[in-house]
Amino acid sequence: MKTNKTGSLPGSPSQVPDDWFDWKEKDKDAGETVSRPSLSYWQDAWRRLVKNKMAMLGLVFLILLIFMAIFGPVLSPYEVNKQELSNQYQPPSSEHWFGTDNLGRDVFTRTWYGARISLFVGFMAALIDVSIGIIYGGVAGYKGGRTDGIMMRIIEILYGLPYLLVVILLLVVLGPSLTTIIIALTVTGWVGMARIVRGQVMQIKNYEFVLASQSFGTKTPRIIRKNLLPNTMGPIIVQMTLTVPTAIFAEAFLSFIGLGIQAPHASWGVMANDSLGAILSGNWWTLFFPAFFISFTMFAFNVLGDGLQDALDPKLRK
Amino acid sequence: MLRYILKRMLIMIATLWIIVTLTFILMVSIPGSPFNSERASNETVQANLEAHYNLDEPYYVQYLLYIKSIVTFDFGPSIKKPDQSVNDLLGRGFPISAELGIVTILVAVLSGVTLGVFAALRHNGIIDYFAMGFAVLGISIPNFILATLLIQQLAVNLSIFPVATWSSPAHMVLPTLALATGPMAIIARLTRSTMLEVLTQDYIKMARAKGLSPWKIIIKHALRNALMPVVTIMGTLLASILTGTFVIEEIFAIPGMGKYFVESINQRDYPVIMGTTVFYSTFLIIMLFLVDVAYGILDPRIKAGRKGGK
Amino acid sequence: MEKLLEVKDLHVTFKTYGGTVQAVRGVDFSLNKGETLAIVGESGCGKSVTVNAVMRLIPSPPGEISNGSIMFKGQELTKKSEKEMRAIRGVDISMIFQDPMTALNPTLTIGTQLMEGLKQHQNITGKAAKKKALEMMDLVGIPNPEERLKQYPHQFSGGMRQRIVIAIALICEPELLIADEPTTALDVTIQAQILELFGKIQEATGVAIILITHDLGVVAKIADRIAVMYAGKIIETGTKREIFYKSEHPYTQGLLKSVPRLDTEGEKLTPIDGTPPDLFSPPQGCPFTARCPFAMEVCDKVYPANTALSDSHSVDCWLQDERAKQLLAATAAK
Repeated sequence: MKTNKTGSLPGSPSQVPDDWFDWKEKDKDAGETVSRPSLSYWQDAWRRLVKNKMAMLGLVFLILLIFMAIFGPVLSPYEVNKQELSNQYQPPSSEHWFGTDNLGRDVFTRTWYGARISLFVGFMAALIDVSIGIIYGGVAGYKGGRTDGIMMRIIEILYGLPYLLVVILLLVVLGPSLTTIIIALTVTGWVGMARIVRGQVMQIKNYEFVLASQSFGTKTPRIIRKNLLPNTMGPIIVQMTLTVPTAIFAEAFLSFIGLGIQAPHASWGVMANDSLGAILSGNWWTLFFPAFFISFTMFAFNVLGDGLQDALDPKLRK
Repeated sequence: MLRYILKRMLIMIATLWIIVTLTFILMVSIPGSPFNSERASNETVQANLEAHYNLDEPYYVQYLLYIKSIVTFDFGPSIKKPDQSVNDLLGRGFPISAELGIVTILVAVLSGVTLGVFAALRHNGIIDYFAMGFAVLGISIPNFILATLLIQQLAVNLSIFPVATWSSPAHMVLPTLALATGPMAIIARLTRSTMLEVLTQDYIKMARAKGLSPWKIIIKHALRNALMPVVTIMGTLLASILTGTFVIEEIFAIPGMGKYFVESINQRDYPVIMGTTVFYSTFLIIMLFLVDVAYGILDPRIKAGRKGGK
Repeated sequence: MEKLLEVKDLHVTFKTYGGTVQAVRGVDFSLNKGETLAIVGESGCGKSVTVNAVMRLIPSPPGEISNGSIMFKGQELTKKSEKEMRAIRGVDISMIFQDPMTALNPTLTIGTQLMEGLKQHQNITGKAAKKKALEMMDLVGIPNPEERLKQYPHQFSGGMRQRIVIAIALICEPELLIADEPTTALDVTIQAQILELFGKIQEATGVAIILITHDLGVVAKIADRIAVMYAGKIIETGTKREIFYKSEHPYTQGLLKSVPRLDTEGEKLTPIDGTPPDLFSPPQGCPFTARCPFAMEVCDKVYPANTALSDSHSVDCWLQDERAKQLLAATAAK
């Protein structure tokens, strides 16, 4: 008898007992088994995000970072700007975990304080970008037609403006401060978000399921909540996770060319810039900690953004 | 195609107009205008300024003359260095910055595309993981930190490369590396993801069914389509490389335009800041336009006058 | 008649994160020169995988031809190296795909894509290649071929594109053409034209065709023989006449009942309830049992033997067993 690989025996009829030849009782659910428990969109996305190790690493890092940004300066016995000139350039020790800088300030305290500023700039910029972007993009996408045409031309024109150059220009005039930096970063920053929102809205507006719910008489807020929102949120969230590190980078970059946050505030960018010289004289810790946290934060947002992109894309649903 | 170019051109001109107008508005609104006599360090400067900005005319005349001077490629004087104009700085700094920029783009595109293609071909293999890990690092580490790191390790500790200035090919290695890593990482990631998408297309299967060799399929059918999105981001990358030169030239003491620009910011030399910004912006916007046109040529769907995309 | 292709006990598996999918589980069929064989079945039944295996175009990993033989003109294709296969693809066996909108490279001209295969396999001058290309364009019915060669895919309609895809497949004069759902993505009127074209080119070139489809209407038009596939197995095979009028497998009968027909007006359409089994863990017995109106105890336990009903007609079904026939008779008597 021939046995094939699937394990099912092609019948050798003589070996089959006669009493098997009877009608099988009908199993009502047969062939209709649902192999997967039904999960909501967000549950499903979360399930897939958790599976992505890099994204989870990023997420955990960011949560810890936010925690330390809030409580770090409080936990430390040192003042942010307390100068102890007798204590210059102390290497990391049990007293000063991250060492001290050129003015004898505690790098540990300053790192968490810098995290506050950098994250604040990043999140504020992202939040404002998203707000403007959703309104502008939403209106353009939903109205369509001529309104959309004009609004999109404006976007195309603004899109050509070199982001950092405009930011530099504004800061030269406005003078660098926490507020002006956030303003400068968002003046042209929202354009990308508006484009994405508009594209999403345009696409989804015409989806058959939205038309279908409209034809069933579903009310507009419900359509927005149940249909438009979940389907536009994905790309918006992903774009947000990319806006935050861009803003953090931009802030550090501005510090570097002398347009950063001014003393007594200390962002990571300012700290890194202040210690660029110090590294050549061997005081590596003054640069290492801000540089490490800038890089790792960017890294964390990037991998989290990638993970979210994969997790939130309904097409990838398995 | 012609319509497409005309449309892009109109948008370009509008963008240029905005940046020029913006600089003008900002210039006249700077608290304690740069044209106030007490700001100017001496009389020569004062005379230069008045001559260039026609300060005794009403604003709208100033505005028109300002636009005229920019159209004729005259970006104005400096207030800190009386004997110099922005044009002088450009003349000295631009060739060096352009050299750095071009080398950087070549390195970034060639290595980024290669890395991306190999990562896609070995999807989920060791090369893929390595390349993408490297790419995420490249995107995450800001160029000024990378630059400092490179100097510290390769120049100071190991003394393989010289640190500062721009006098020999060996001097070019570290700045180029510091500047190119970020864009390279972005290109590699983009190339990989579009390549992966293209490789699943039916026309690739069709090419295989024709009996073409793998390399022929990759180069003739896959790469060209995969590189389309890379072309579209070249404008953005160019902008980031250009702003990158500010810090890289500053760190490596390269006497390019970026270094002068940062200097002028630190000294609040407003006319130089404005003039250079206008020059940079114009340069970038024209580049963006050229990228768009190149894209139109590469994609026959646009060439025929239709909207691109799938 | 001379055998062109003979597939025996073909098994194809895909290793995925979720486990191993047994997409094709022991398929046997053969094809004579100049003949048209249709492979019919629901989506996911393994029909595409089967023909991709013949072309050796199964992406590996994750796919693998795990067992069986594919004899083409006396050559064992499963044993060929990738390089040897390249000399066969496009030359002896060609393939066309479902969606003509995506089967052509948007950035290359039609001419380039047409002549590419020719230039790859034959030592041919540009002029001769162009002449051949124009001939093919003419054969598949594209007007103004000279001008059209220089155009890009987006300048053609769906039906025209499918004609070009067919021309590309035929340009090296293969003996076997595999068409994977060639009309599914087209409008009904265009479908008819393309099907007619198949008849025409077969007459002109004598090429044998394997046609993959889920549309029995398409089959009725051009197939000589039909193989019905279900859950990775061919469960019934026969001539067009035998399948349409004398089908024995309940699944085939179900398929036929779910297609509207003019000659049996007034009869209700009956869909087949349920869905095909999961091929991660295919059932031990007959895979159709769960949906079969005649399911017996034995069906779940043992896969039925292949019963020959005529020289050309055979079926895998326990209902062919004597004991089942007695049971049927007894039930009918009640």
